[in-house]
Amino acid sequence: MIEFTLNGKSVSVAADPDTPLLWAIRDDLGLTGTKFGCGIGMCGACTVHIDGQAIRSCITMLADAAGASVTTIEGLDPAHAHPVQKAWLALQVPQCGYCQSGQIMQAVALIDQYSSPTDAVIDAIMAGNLCRCMTYARIREAIKQAALEMEP
Amino acid sequence: MTKQSNGFSATRRGFLAGGAGLTLALMLPLARGRAMAETAAPFAPNAFIRIGTDDTVTVLIKHIEMGQGPYTGLSTLVAEELDADWGQMRAEAAPGNDKLYANLAFGAQGTGGSTAMANSYMQMRKAGATARAMLVAAAAAEWGVPAGEITVSKGVIAHAASGKSSGFGALSQAAATMEMPADPPVKDPSAFTLIGTDRPRLDTAAKSNGTAQFTMDVYRDGMLTVLVAHPPKFGATVASLDDKAALAVPGVEMVRQISSGVAVYATSTFAAMKGRDALSITWDDSKAETRSSAELYDMLSTEAKTGGRVVEQSGDLAALSAAATLHEAEFRFPYLAHAPMEPLDAVIEVKAGKAEMWFGSQFPTFDKPTAAAALGIKPEDVSINVLLAGGSFGRRAQGSAHLAAEVAEVAKAAGRDGCFKLVWTREDDLRGGYYRPITVHRMKAGLDADGALVGWENTIANQSIMAGTPMAMMMKDGMDSTSYEGAYALPYKVGAHRIGWAQAQSPVPVLWWRSVGHTHTAYAVEVFLDELLEKAGKDPVQGRLDLLTPEATRERGVIEAVAKLAGWTGRTANGKGYGIAMAKSFGTYVAEIVEVEDQNGFPKVTRVWCAVDCGVAVNPNIIRAQMEGGIGYALGTALFNEITLEPGGTVAQGNFDSYRMLRIHEMPAVQVEVIASTADPTGVGEPGVPPLAPALANAWRALTGKAIYQLPFAAAVA
Repeated sequence: MIEFTLNGKSVSVAADPDTPLLWAIRDDLGLTGTKFGCGIGMCGACTVHIDGQAIRSCITMLADAAGASVTTIEGLDPAHAHPVQKAWLALQVPQCGYCQSGQIMQAVALIDQYSSPTDAVIDAIMAGNLCRCMTYARIREAIKQAALEMEP
Repeated sequence: MTKQSNGFSATRRGFLAGGAGLTLALMLPLARGRAMAETAAPFAPNAFIRIGTDDTVTVLIKHIEMGQGPYTGLSTLVAEELDADWGQMRAEAAPGNDKLYANLAFGAQGTGGSTAMANSYMQMRKAGATARAMLVAAAAAEWGVPAGEITVSKGVIAHAASGKSSGFGALSQAAATMEMPADPPVKDPSAFTLIGTDRPRLDTAAKSNGTAQFTMDVYRDGMLTVLVAHPPKFGATVASLDDKAALAVPGVEMVRQISSGVAVYATSTFAAMKGRDALSITWDDSKAETRSSAELYDMLSTEAKTGGRVVEQSGDLAALSAAATLHEAEFRFPYLAHAPMEPLDAVIEVKAGKAEMWFGSQFPTFDKPTAAAALGIKPEDVSINVLLAGGSFGRRAQGSAHLAAEVAEVAKAAGRDGCFKLVWTREDDLRGGYYRPITVHRMKAGLDADGALVGWENTIANQSIMAGTPMAMMMKDGMDSTSYEGAYALPYKVGAHRIGWAQAQSPVPVLWWRSVGHTHTAYAVEVFLDELLEKAGKDPVQGRLDLLTPEATRERGVIEAVAKLAGWTGRTANGKGYGIAMAKSFGTYVAEIVEVEDQNGFPKVTRVWCAVDCGVAVNPNIIRAQMEGGIGYALGTALFNEITLEPGGTVAQGNFDSYRMLRIHEMPAVQVEVIASTADPTGVGEPGVPPLAPALANAWRALTGKAIYQLPFAAAVA
């Protein structure tokens, strides 16, 4: 039994310790906003936060989450109104939408680290998140807009 | 832990069970009489609109939402004629029912060929106009005023003289009892208030907070997750199977052989993965494709040299042998995977001889009977809940219905009632076939002494997408136009010409891939033409305009518009190369100009300009988004992507490390101009794709002098 905090609540999972955190979150804990895209950490659709850091949950073992604080798209904001989510709405970013939970989780971590991100910073940090619909230009603009709103 | 599905299906069941308010049953245009009357009508009623007592207007969308925007676009058509407020609009997927929800372009339920808007344009407007007329009639009856004095605006029904007004919800019950107008008038386009303006998509919020439900997100009581081991070579079959180790994996409940491979059933996804890895299978390759891509190219090249069967022929080709300048080229295009972010998946629940399915079904018309046949039950005992698809780009539009067949076989092979979720991994997706066909174009053209084009020959060799599937009924005399669409009926005056097609055979399954035949024909035609213009000393923009036929006014329009948008001055400037290409596909005209730099011998695309004429622009922001998306999709493909068969026939690529997608730092700035038009709207999901790769190749040749005859660039430039 592995215990950790998921979106502020204590949870315990009986799955094997080598289970990817992605599948523990989806199959065992029932939160489906975090997506499976590649299983090898190449697409970013499974991005969640562990203790505030964006990680790929498909290549993170459940055992590695023991005792940590994990945040998924569902736990980002109780009203789904995080500035990044609001910017996603304003810029009309999603097309098919499948990658966007991961994009948003990565973007939130980016802005936490860089309060005024340049194009170069956005390109460098978001390059690990694939979007097959190619919403990249809107993602870039939405990150800048969210960062402006979040400025202290 | 078990969970209940909480997505569209439950909502829709509530609706069909008789949700409050006006459920509008529509007759097709030729139908007569009262809508609700139980008469032997010659056409079945359609149900598209539900108006709740809470004022919400829900539109049932007959086309799958995979990012291209039909939830929003079709709802806009209804809202426009209903004079609804955009804030009260909702969209839901229509279920699989090809009598109620046929694509009028196909006569069957399905989404493809960028037809959603075109075929729905009048149907959904009529649906909205009908609902509006019945609401107005209800208001007139309740208020005792003439219907002609009643106005509707932004969801408010009003009678100025009496000062009465109402929302839709309060009148919805009464409206349901009103006479249905046989042929309600629709607005003149000059009166549009929603069509032609940007407005937010109806699915953005759910896609920004994790609540949008895809097939992968369906979890039901007792559900088992199933992975299938497919043969490593196309056409191979199971020779022998040892499943002892797989069955020993905790969580693995059973292993079954099905026609497409070996299915592993488990209580969790990870257990199914481990179980599949533990299978020991010997494959029978006797009917498998064992040729490599290199061998297939040689075969196609040989086929193309035969000239194939005639697609189109005009004039005396002797003009070619008399030409002052003869130009020949062979173009090669690889197999391509669609690689949508959501790999294939489907959920089926079988109970007491009936089956319910949840998945991104793009062709319910084929999926339903195919699943039924696999299960040995009647099609009417199969119901399909169409879910959001995490991209498709053609991958889920299966004439063969192989996904529905596989999940149904999985359920049948289980030998008991139950719920099963079939999941393909990324490796299954990239190695699973149903590719854009590997293709060769062999081209020859001649210029006279003045540089005028006097003759043009193009023979295309590739596999047919439709042959051997139910789609074959669309073929005439054995010809599959999707193999060469865009290569004939050119808008340019090319002199005497002959277009041919040689059909190749392979066990590798092929499928339409975002813009289908245009993925290669636009490249071959527009690159070859560009080379001819260069040889004739002509400007790529003016040269194209000079060659256009007088009828090609919309082609001319997008070329002129994109040249102006980009400030076109010529092929190169300041170390940057510029190239243009134009393609009409699925009734939509698109021209694109690419700006490219040479970054250590490899192209770096910095800017793309695009002009699109798709008739009435229902939602310009979605049109721009589809052009941006099509451009990025085509660019990544042109630069990096090929599925290659290695000697022996196995697929070289397996995941995003070897099938490399365009990433954010490689996305160029894109500027889109939507041409103002009053023509009926056409699609935008695919047409942004075809011009990009040829425009890039033309820009790269202008900059470096290097012609690219084989895609992707990564293979040609390396």
